[in-house]
Amino acid sequence: MTSKRADVLVDADWAQEHLDDPKVVFAEVDEDVTAYDGGHIAGAVKLDWKTELQDQVVRDFVNKEDFEALLSAKGIGNDDTVVLYGGNNNWFAAYAYWYFKVYGHADVRLLDGGRKKWELDGRELSTDTVSRETTSYTASNPDTSIRAFRDEALDAIDNKNLVDVRSPDEFSGKLLAPAHLPQEQSQRGGHIPSAINVPWSKAANDDGTFKSDDELRTLYADAGLDDGRDTIAYCRIGERSSHTWFVLRELLGHENVKNYDGSWTEYGSLVGVPIAKGA
Amino acid sequence: MCGAPSQGRAGLEAVDLTRETVIQGCVRRDGAPVAAAYVRLLDGTGEFTAEVQSSAEGQFRFFAAPGDWTVRVLSAAGRGEVSLTCDRGLNEAELVLA
Repeated sequence: MTSKRADVLVDADWAQEHLDDPKVVFAEVDEDVTAYDGGHIAGAVKLDWKTELQDQVVRDFVNKEDFEALLSAKGIGNDDTVVLYGGNNNWFAAYAYWYFKVYGHADVRLLDGGRKKWELDGRELSTDTVSRETTSYTASNPDTSIRAFRDEALDAIDNKNLVDVRSPDEFSGKLLAPAHLPQEQSQRGGHIPSAINVPWSKAANDDGTFKSDDELRTLYADAGLDDGRDTIAYCRIGERSSHTWFVLRELLGHENVKNYDGSWTEYGSLVGVPIAKGA
Repeated sequence: MCGAPSQGRAGLEAVDLTRETVIQGCVRRDGAPVAAAYVRLLDGTGEFTAEVQSSAEGQFRFFAAPGDWTVRVLSAAGRGEVSLTCDRGLNEAELVLA
């Protein structure tokens, strides 16, 4: 397996050098959707994962036509290189990366370290309003080879690698949500039986950049990931598992890796499915 | 004391403090609050559990569980770390950057 790192990941210096490149579009995606307004990379457009990337009625993605309308309005063309970045160690940027791949965007990359590394480096943020000329974007039909649904998650028990990327306390059932959020949730605590727990954070350095390919290979090998099996990654709502999906498929080149975006919020609410508790 | 008033229970009106374990506090350096610092919550084994950025007044808040926790701060202004044992209700953590 050879690293695809250079094709899918850019560092801050590369980003800085391409700020004025007309074929490169920077897009910020945050959990805290007000972060962009307080300052963003010059020229970057904002993608709101809640209001723009989610259907506002059905719990699902926006459909192909709405995705096309969204990217057209943002001024993103099919042949543009899209560089995604954001806060929370790029969780939601990784989610958007995976989402762009579901709809077949050819050249999409993550900014290594996201907003955090950019800020820690003391690089400039802008509050200027960004407007780009609208495009006529054409999306592909959703690629379900990288998206898992609940029945596949159930069928994966003891058959595929299930990688639960939440924190150990969420995996064990002690916490029901990441600890920056209130814990009052309706679903049960625990994890999908046979899942291994490899917190997304083990794949990242403190400054939010990804660890080296060698470190990442060792991480998943030591955790018991079976290279001969297909893999499904999940977390609570599918954003942290996008980060791990990115590591396994895009950096390490594993084939047949899916993100289960229904994740624990869905699985932990299903009636009658098996749940494992504890470490 | 933080440069800004303690958050106290502000913003927690809808939170059931008999059930939630809230860890909150302020990041400061030389007595002044530090905004937009990266505040990370680590569990009893040192594993990442959550991360937030401090507010304009240097404040942060986590919703955890009873037990041992470490709060670690990473910022262009410096680093800091504090460990604490928490119970249900409000737990205050003060971070001074060096």
